[in-house]
Parts: sequence; structure tokens; C-alpha cells
Amino acid sequence: MTTSTLLLITAAIAMIGYLAGSRRALSLSGGRSSSMHSRPGYYGSFVAIWSALPAALLLGVWLVAAPAIINSSIRSEFPAEVKAQSQASQGLSFGMIEGIARGMRALSAEEAAQAERNPADLRNLMGARGVAIAGDPEAYMIKAANDLNTMNARSNLLRNIAVLLVAVGGAALAYRLIAPRFRARNRVESVILASLVVASSIAILTTVGIIASMLTEATHFFARVPAHEFFFGTVWDPRFAAAGATASEGQFGLIPLLLGTLYIGFVAMLFAVPIGLFAAIYMSEYASQRVRSITKPLLEVLAGIPTIVYGFFALTTVGPFLRDISSQIHGLATGDYSNFIQAQSVLTAGFVMGIMLIPYVSSLSDDIITAVPRALRDGSLGLGATRSETIKRVVLPAALPGIVGAILMTASRAIGETMIVVLAAGVAARIQLNPFEPMTTVTVKIVSQLTGDLEFTSPQTLVAFALGITLFIITLCLNIYALYIVRKYREQYE
Amino acid sequence: MSQVVTPTATVPGARTPRRDIGLKKRYAAERRFRAYGIAALSFGLIFLFVLLWSVVSKGYTAFQQTGVTLAVEFSEKIIDPQNQRASNPQVLLTANYPVLARNALANALGVAQNDRAKQKELGQMLSDGVRSQLRDMVVADPSIIGKTKTVTLLAAGDIDSAFKGQINLSVPQENRKVSDQQVGWMNKLAEAGALAKHFNTGIFFNGASSRPEAAGVGVALIGSFYMMLIVLVLSLPIGVAASIYLEEFAPKNRFTDLIEVNINNLAAVPSIVYGLLGLAVFINFMGLPRSASLVGGFVLTLMTLPTIIIATRAALKAVPPSIRAAALGLGASKMQTIFHHVLPLAMPGILTGTIIGLAHALGETAPLLLIGMVAFVANFPTTPMDPSTALPVQIYMWANEAERAFVERTSGAIIILLLFLIVMNVGAILLRRRFERRW
Repeated sequence: MTTSTLLLITAAIAMIGYLAGSRRALSLSGGRSSSMHSRPGYYGSFVAIWSALPAALLLGVWLVAAPAIINSSIRSEFPAEVKAQSQASQGLSFGMIEGIARGMRALSAEEAAQAERNPADLRNLMGARGVAIAGDPEAYMIKAANDLNTMNARSNLLRNIAVLLVAVGGAALAYRLIAPRFRARNRVESVILASLVVASSIAILTTVGIIASMLTEATHFFARVPAHEFFFGTVWDPRFAAAGATASEGQFGLIPLLLGTLYIGFVAMLFAVPIGLFAAIYMSEYASQRVRSITKPLLEVLAGIPTIVYGFFALTTVGPFLRDISSQIHGLATGDYSNFIQAQSVLTAGFVMGIMLIPYVSSLSDDIITAVPRALRDGSLGLGATRSETIKRVVLPAALPGIVGAILMTASRAIGETMIVVLAAGVAARIQLNPFEPMTTVTVKIVSQLTGDLEFTSPQTLVAFALGITLFIITLCLNIYALYIVRKYREQYE
Repeated sequence: MSQVVTPTATVPGARTPRRDIGLKKRYAAERRFRAYGIAALSFGLIFLFVLLWSVVSKGYTAFQQTGVTLAVEFSEKIIDPQNQRASNPQVLLTANYPVLARNALANALGVAQNDRAKQKELGQMLSDGVRSQLRDMVVADPSIIGKTKTVTLLAAGDIDSAFKGQINLSVPQENRKVSDQQVGWMNKLAEAGALAKHFNTGIFFNGASSRPEAAGVGVALIGSFYMMLIVLVLSLPIGVAASIYLEEFAPKNRFTDLIEVNINNLAAVPSIVYGLLGLAVFINFMGLPRSASLVGGFVLTLMTLPTIIIATRAALKAVPPSIRAAALGLGASKMQTIFHHVLPLAMPGILTGTIIGLAHALGETAPLLLIGMVAFVANFPTTPMDPSTALPVQIYMWANEAERAFVERTSGAIIILLLFLIVMNVGAILLRRRFERRW
């Protein structure tokens, strides 16, 4: 019986429990539903919960614990010379035993007996059945594999019996509890409440998962590469070591990537902030209701377009356009038609990212500007200031903290943005200030280190997690600070 | 209109000239400021249209495909020269089908069989996909061997581009991928009506292919569909449950405060970080298969959850307290109040938020690259555990291809993706319009 059929049977028992429970409640009430504490459905649910929940918990525990117990008991019977080996090679032997055990299940009885007599035949026998084994098995392995198979079978049988017993037993127990004074609803509701709490703690678990997973992998990385070389190194050259060559360690300097990230983000903000801010001011202060109701959603469409589309736009339209126009300008000025803007450059990526960020700036600032109370504007206009003066001297200063918060949040988007820079910024990690040349970012390097074949032992892949946690912390700080500013000043007028 | 009297100092009793208080300058500044606003707004909107225009103008041709309709002779001499297909069906699978197509083309154009250079050029005009196309026909019905049938074959990617006018034919022959000879043949065939553009169904149904004319987003669509299904099934119940707890039950204490701050922050974590999480936890720690849409679905679920929680909480908040008070007053328990009254009233808002969250997840690329969904998958995945790609990842992979015909495909795939997003967003808007209640 596989795990899924077991689950199905448990669900069926719970279902039957539900029906039986409701029925019993109905018959106990004798037609007067007010004589029972809860409605019949609650009694049914109570029985179903008591049958399914403990069974599922037991199954979960069994699935985690049983392999671990079997594993250790097999290992404890390893011959002494194998036990003397390192943990890693013991793990390898165990992996092989598992492979053999899988193969043994595919063999017929006489073949298995033959294999036990003569371990050397085993590999061929299993190869014929389509089970590949890493090396020639040793004699003790076959015995261990047989033990593993019997233990697994016994564990599965026990598990099935135990789970089904618990399911039926729970249902029976709950069924017997049904009585007119029994508060089934309260019991069921407390289970629902518990599941609500579990659901909301998934958010916490995600954060813990992010931090824990990245910290573990990053510590592995920092065990190979000193932290100061990573954080303060100015050369990024992670050379994938060729097979056999151990000398090429590579250099993992964060600085060029971080500078590229900040530079491209800065260029993007240079486009996004003025445009977004002015658009927001125009929409909230000048535009008629009609214009506003058309332009605001249209501008927000920009935020709904996937970033890969922006990346493609930068790669095929903006980049070549900038390159061609620069060669025209250069040609007109000097007669030499060579381009001074590369197709992949800080400017290309920054510009396209800026377009993407316009709606973030504009809708956040729009909300903040609209939240400035009418009275402030009226006062200023009444004193004879023009509209633009009112905006510049009164509205914007009042909205400034919120706008700063919005800009910080937008900046954290710019830093974490991936697909645009992957396609438009280039991969050359260098420190320079010319916006017409390609630079690269933290996110680009995370992608390029982790796509393709990877093994989780080399610093070349582990560095991605160190980069990831750096990125996570930077954006987290920006966000927390932005939220803090927005929260602190939002209630000013309320 | 009467003439304005210009005040002069010599006229007694006239008004003294108005003191210059810079009103003109201030009005000019006002107009400038307003113009900046209009300029900024139009800049944003213009770029929206440039973006959409550049995608659509490059991509609409991807929905058409050049095909050559030819009378193909399924000659036994070429398919099965030794007549052993009855004993060895392998013969039918390995036969030299492109030659059949090339001969048919040569017949149509009157090219001699022994002109090898011309024959080679002819062969390049047809897609490599003709091999499997003709093979499938023969395998399905071996009795057509020896007969002549009219078949529409795929033209090669370069011919496709040239026929659509995307290759500049004025550059010298050596610098482009189609020769003058091929262009001549192409025009001749087009005049005869054999070469024509058809609606391209392949782009929707084919899997990955290194040949642009045979490449499609079929696998990616299935992968994306599985992921959206997983995201919906997981994130909607979990998100709604979490929001109900936080909004209706949670006591105001440190722990719930922490959860709140956490959710707001998770909504702003860069998506690539979720990819790292998925790689470390689901693939490395739990040992789930790489490239599987199951893992992609899990990662996107975690990414979408904060969005759904924030939208759901707003929707729950919008249900007026009087509803709760009325239900409680009639003797409903708190749980009954929420599940029987508050939740159904908040449902339109919740669904709108969910659809918008799903649309975001559908367009997300970066985390999927890290969990290995960037793979060449030509076979259709049957379960979420099989390797597959996703629509945006397919776009990324095609964007990195060098061939001209792939630019068209990429734009075509983007159009498909944008259409899905438009449908989802319009659906969300309609849902909101139709069911939203103002209290």
C-alpha cells in the first residue's frame, strides 16, 4: 500500500466518520435540533477531525522518523573496517546499499538467491533489469540490502496498520463522545483557529527559511573564502575550476557588483523619480477627474508588464537605438561613425528600469499627495500663492516624508530587479564611471552562477547565496526604513 | 474690446503704474510647472505605447508561418530501397525523408537532379522539421509509400523571414542568409501559389526547438498552467486563513506585530531571493526534482502569499462592523460570523487580489531561472514533477538566441503572455465592478 492510497483510505474513514457523526447527532436530537448543543454538522466534523488529524500526524512523524531509524540500525551493523571510515564514505556505502535494495526488489527469488551466493553476479543481474549500481558490491552490502528491504517492508506494514487503527480508533472515540450536552462546535472551532494560526505563521516561516537557508550556504562559502575578501574585494573573477585544476581559486570581490547595482539603480532613479513625481503632481493637483481616471490606470499598466518584457525591449529596441544614435552623433561631430554607447550599458539598463519604476513612484506619491489635507492648500491659495507655489512650498514639504519613503521603496525594487539587467546591463564586472559602458549587478551574478550544472560544494555556486543574503539585507533595511518613515508621518494629519 | 489706457506720468490723476511684483514671472513659472507635469505624464504614456508597439510590430508576424504546398512523391526507392519494412519497421523511422521533400521542390521548380549545388540550396529552403512531418505521415499510414500526395511543408526559418520581408534583400548576397537564387525560387513559388503564409498553430503547441520555425511555447504553457494551478490551490486557502487570523482573531501583541511587519517586508523582497530559497530548501534540502513545475509552483506560492494576504486583509477590513455585530447578536459564534457572513461579503475583493497576485506570478522569471526551469524541454510534461519551462522563461531563452527568426518568436511569445495578463487583469476589474459593494 503506498502512502497516497493510505491517505485516500484515511480520508474515506474521515468521510464516513462525518456522516456517522452527523447522523447520530440527528437521531439523538429526536427531531428537536435545539436539544443538541451544536448543529449536527459540527458533530460530524468533530468525528472527522478526530479520525483524520491524529492519523495524518502519525503518518507525518513516521515518514520522517522511520527512514532515520532504519538508516542508523543498518549502519550500526556495518563491518568494523567500514565503520572506521569517514562519515562521507559511509554515506556513499549506504547509498549503494539502497541502490542494491531497490534492485533486489526487481529480481526474482532464485536470482536473488544466486546473487547472495555470488555478489559479483549482482551487477550484471541488476543491469539486465535496468537498475544501475555504482560499483561492485561487497558481500556485507547484500546482506545489509536484504535487511533494509525486510525492515522497510515491516515498517510500511506497521505504519499502515498503525495509521488505520488510529484513524478508526479516533473516529470511534469521537463518535462515543457525541451527546446532547457535548460542545462539538467549540471543539471544531478551536481546531479551525489553530489551523488559522498555523497558516499565518507561514509568513514567519518563509522569512526564517530565507535567512536560514542563505546563512547556511553563505557560511559554507565563507569557510572557503574569507569574509573580508568577499566584502571588500575589488576583483570579481570566480573562474570555474577546470577538471583537475585545483590552483585556480578565483576571486570573489563584491565591490564591482555592488557598484554596478547602485550605479544602474541610480540611473534608473534619475529617470523614474522626476518623471514619476511630476506625473503624480499633475494627476493629483491639475488633471481633471476624467483625465485622471484614464491616465492613472494606463500608467499603472507599466507596473503590470513582466520585467522580462522590459528586458527584451531594452535588448532589441532601446540598446540598438542608443548605439546607433551615438554613432550618428559621433559621426556628425568627428566624422568617425563609431558608437560611444554600447548596446548593453548602464544607461540602457538604467533607462528601461527607470520606465518600469515610474508607476511605483507615481502611484505611491499620488496617494501621499492626495492625503495632504485640503485646508493646507486652501490656506496657501487664499494668501495669493499660485498653484505651483502652493505645491512647491506647502504640499510637497508636507508630503516629503511619505515621498522619501516611496522613493526608498522604489530604490529597493531597483536594486533587486533582475531580468532587465540580465538582458541589458552586460556581464562584465568592473569598476568604472562611464554610463555608456556595460557594468554588472549582484542579481546578474546570482543568476549566472546558478544556471547550468551545479554542485553545492564549490565556492563558485555558494557565492550566489552570499550575494543573495547581501541583497536581502540591503533591500530589507531600505524597506524597513521606508515603512518606518511612512508610518511615522502618515498619521500626522489624522 | 476697448483700448487699454497706457498710464503715463504726465497725465495728472491717472493711476500710478502698478508695482512690478513679478506676477508675470510667477505665472510663467506656473505654466512651466504645469508643462513639466504634462511632459512627465506623456513621457510615461508614450513609452508605454512605444513598448507595446515595438513588441506587437515585431511579433505579430510570428502568428503566421510560411509553408510550401508541394506534391510529394513517397518514393519507395528512397524510403525503403530494400523493401524490408515488413520485417524491420525501423526502416521507416530512419529513412531519408528530407530528400523526398527536396525532390518535390526540385520538381516544382524544374531543377535538375544532378545539379548538386542547386539541390543543396533547395534543401536549405525547407525546415528540418519536414523529416518528422513526413515520417509521421508514413508511420501512420505505410500504404502511402509509392503514392504522391499534396503536403504543406514548413519553410526554413530564413526563407520564412525573407518571405515576410524581414531580411534586407538589398545587401550583398554574401552578407545575408538567403541567396539570390533562393529568393528567385521563393518568388517563383509564391507566384505559383505554392508558397504562402498560414496561421501558425505550431507556436502554441510545439515544444522547444533549436529551429525557430518549429519552436513553440506548448511546453511552457503547460508548465505555467501547472504552476498557476499550484499557486492558486496553495496560496488562496493559506492566504485567506492567515488574513482571517490576523484581521479578526489576532490579539494585538508583539508576535502579531512581528507577523505584520514580516508580511509587508516579504512583499518587497526581490523575487530572485525566493529563487535562492527554493533552490536551497526545496531542491537541495528536500530533494525535489529540478526543473519541475511543482517546485516552481511552491516558490511562486511563497512569493504570491504576501500580496494575497495584504489584499484579503483590505477586503476583510472593508466589511462594515455592523454585519459582524448583527450576526453575533443573533447568536452566531465568532467563527460562524466570519465564515458565514464576513468572508462571503469580502470574497470579490479577495478574488480580485488573488487574480492580480496570480498575474504577477505568471510573469515572474528570475526565481524560476534559479530552480532550473531554464532547460531545453521538447517533451510535454504530464505531471507537475516532470521537467518543464514557463512562458516568461521561454521568452528569456529565446531572447538569448541569435537568429533573426527568434526575435519574431520572442515577440510572439510576449504577445501571448501579455494577452494572458490582460485577460486576467480585465477579469479582476470586471469582478470588482460587478460585485464590489460600497457600504
